Amino acid sequence: MKPPRVIDDLSNVKAYGFGFKSLWGWGLLGFMLVEGMAFVLAGGAYIYLMTQAPRWPLDSAPPALLYGTIFTLIMIASQWPNVRVDKAAHDRDAPGVRRGVVVMTLIGIALMVVRAFELANLNTRWDQDAYGSIVWALMVLHTVHLLADLVDTAVLAVFLHTHPIPPERFSHVEDNASYWLFVVISWLPLYLLVYWAPRWAS
Amino acid sequence: MSAVDADPPAMGDDLALHERLERTWSRPRGLWGWIATTDHKEIARRYIVTAFIFFALAGLTALAMRVQLARPMSNLIEADTYNQLFSMHGTTMMFLFAVPVMEAFGLYFLPLVLGARAIAFPRLAAYSYWVYLAGGVMLYIAFLLNVGPETGWFSYTPLAGPEYSPGKRTDFWAQMVTFSEVAAISLAIGSIATIMKMRAPGMTLARMPLFAWSILVTSFMVIFAMPAVMLASSFLLSDRLIGTHFHNPAEGSDPLLWQHLFWFFGHPEVYIIFVPALGMVSEIVRTFTRRTIFGYPLMVLALVGTGFLAFGLWVHHMFATGLPELGNSFYTAASMAIALPTGVQIFCWIATMWDGRIRFATPMLYVIAFIVTLVLGGLTGVMLASVPLDLQVHDTYFVVAHFHYVLIGGAVFPLLGAVSYWFPKITGRMMSEAWGKVSFWLVVLGFHATFFPMHILGVTGMPRRVYTYPEETGWGGLNLFSSISAFIVAIGVLIFVINVTYSWRRGRIAGPNPWDSPGLEWAVSSPPPRYNFAHAPYVESRDPLWHAKDEGLAVMGGLAVDAREVLVTSVGSAHPEAREASPPPSLWPFIAAMATTVLFIGSIFNEWSLVWLSIPLAIALIGWFWPRPAHTELLAAEMRAHGEPEDKIEAVVK
Repeated sequence: MKPPRVIDDLSNVKAYGFGFKSLWGWGLLGFMLVEGMAFVLAGGAYIYLMTQAPRWPLDSAPPALLYGTIFTLIMIASQWPNVRVDKAAHDRDAPGVRRGVVVMTLIGIALMVVRAFELANLNTRWDQDAYGSIVWALMVLHTVHLLADLVDTAVLAVFLHTHPIPPERFSHVEDNASYWLFVVISWLPLYLLVYWAPRWAS
Repeated sequence: MSAVDADPPAMGDDLALHERLERTWSRPRGLWGWIATTDHKEIARRYIVTAFIFFALAGLTALAMRVQLARPMSNLIEADTYNQLFSMHGTTMMFLFAVPVMEAFGLYFLPLVLGARAIAFPRLAAYSYWVYLAGGVMLYIAFLLNVGPETGWFSYTPLAGPEYSPGKRTDFWAQMVTFSEVAAISLAIGSIATIMKMRAPGMTLARMPLFAWSILVTSFMVIFAMPAVMLASSFLLSDRLIGTHFHNPAEGSDPLLWQHLFWFFGHPEVYIIFVPALGMVSEIVRTFTRRTIFGYPLMVLALVGTGFLAFGLWVHHMFATGLPELGNSFYTAASMAIALPTGVQIFCWIATMWDGRIRFATPMLYVIAFIVTLVLGGLTGVMLASVPLDLQVHDTYFVVAHFHYVLIGGAVFPLLGAVSYWFPKITGRMMSEAWGKVSFWLVVLGFHATFFPMHILGVTGMPRRVYTYPEETGWGGLNLFSSISAFIVAIGVLIFVINVTYSWRRGRIAGPNPWDSPGLEWAVSSPPPRYNFAHAPYVESRDPLWHAKDEGLAVMGGLAVDAREVLVTSVGSAHPEAREASPPPSLWPFIAAMATTVLFIGSIFNEWSLVWLSIPLAIALIGWFWPRPAHTELLAAEMRAHGEPEDKIEAVVK
């Protein structure tokens, strides 16, 4: 074969991309699909068991509404600071993202505290019956998800406060904000399933 | 690696550029570098070799079963051991061989067929390999310690529950599922990112090689299917460990929950194995007919269609469970419908062969055997899709015959063809054609002689998963014939392995493109340099090397030489969008995989392991994701060293 012909030069192409222009954005999307699918299937298992059961919950009171609702309201409200971090990342605003990730870390910690109250007031145990098992499964899955994001955000906060921020790191802050949006959105159907489905079904 | 490693790249780049790139993309020598490597080719080679070792082990369990079944009332192997043997066989073939080996071929060849310097997320690929290896080794250690799985590869509850499967056998099985699925999902995410964002400029989706299309469809299927089995096996483990009742009808669960979750994964799983094989077949057919694939858009639609339909037929594994009839009719229709896209592809390959000039080299022979065997297996599949017939032959050897026809015929034959086809690229040497053909005939004829009689055995009522049968059944003759034939397959595979091993060291030097193939992977030296491509190829057609024959391959210069850099392009039109760093060798994936292993194995024995042992994993992941020196800074330094003007540097890195 003949030797290659150089027809163009790539040295003017940007040295990083934002969002879906970056590989990280696609990696993040992949993990969201996997986790989202796990939630869909776990939720499907809940609905399947619910429709096969003679009554729902099988033998206990529905989970206490108060803590779950507080948790949900904080989740929704957290979108406001989250959108601001996202915007600060877009604007390459270093003080803005440094402040923002600390706020998001604190929100994550607050949510974990509320989550502890939620778990204490589910009114069922995982080993009580199939209802208890599937309710705990949904809650544990989501708690692991939340905890992973909290650790991730906290580590990012430490890094951003101890290092200068090169341009591509702003893209990681944006990815982190997108992931938080996913955590919030995936919670809403779970909230309906865990807290409202037993009330509507009974 | 062999001495041919040192070959200069075939693209005619000057030696100095090659040496600088080799230095940039090299890894440290010795054990540290071996463990820390992020070279997708090196990781994929390990993956492929490991998968074939598991293939051999699963083959040995099959031979043991065939020896036992060779005559009636044989007592060579007792029932309990037999249960473990068929469970190990199915589990190994599905989880530790077929899916990993297909994904590993993707890992090796995706960047090469797409014209990229590396895979996306190579450290995730390294992590995937170590997790996969640990899961497989754990299963075999458990088997040797007499705690191997005993409830079959799909481990139905309640048989697999705490009541009927006491001890830890099923726990090891369930946790092996977690290992292998974590590994598979990790590779799938890297494959999708690579295909979507790292194709060479000009390689629009409409010019993408069919092998890449097949891996794309497979990877999405992995992402949507595998969480189902991870969820099911986690439910099973927690039922067995902490007394949950996910699968306990006595406490309000439904006995079919397991089967729904398992087959929501299990049916797509078959296509996860089969779809990459379709991509391999298309690559081989194109090269050995010297013709561009007939009906490329139809082929792509068929692959995507297969991916979608595969999620709509899981219930056909459950026809015997007494589900509502309307549901059964739907799944019958869906099961028959999936034959259509496969049929479309078979006709397109035949049309390609019809119009091309066929070379009957070993890879092409495997393709022909694939088409014949798959059509037979597909036809019994269409028969089984019909509920009345399915109910008659459910759990008999008819089903065993059917799925071996589609899995061996549909996936293993193309795989052996792909090994023969790509071997020169991976090793730099040719396999022996003569011995290749000998092993081909032994494997293919031995296969049909082994499995065809099982159709008859099944129709006459021989159930699967029985360790022996009475003489009066009259099944002895066909079983003996089947057992002898199984050893012919084994001899064929052994010759294949010897051929591979010998040729890897002593085979004829291949050169960059021994088959005169049109794919980009053949534009680089054999084996490829660590950096794959010095310049990004510019793709102008579906068959780039044939297109470039007269005027040479068009390439685009300007990618970094002294920093590991990959090009990111747009999803549809593959227009250059950005340049990004590719991670250097790192021990973190290995450390994280070991932490994962300790966590998974610990949680078989104690639920609190899940809490305490997740701490080392979290530390490993933080170490892994702790940001490296910024690519923008490395690149700015390289540009300054080359005297680029500051305003250009500013424009690129700010």
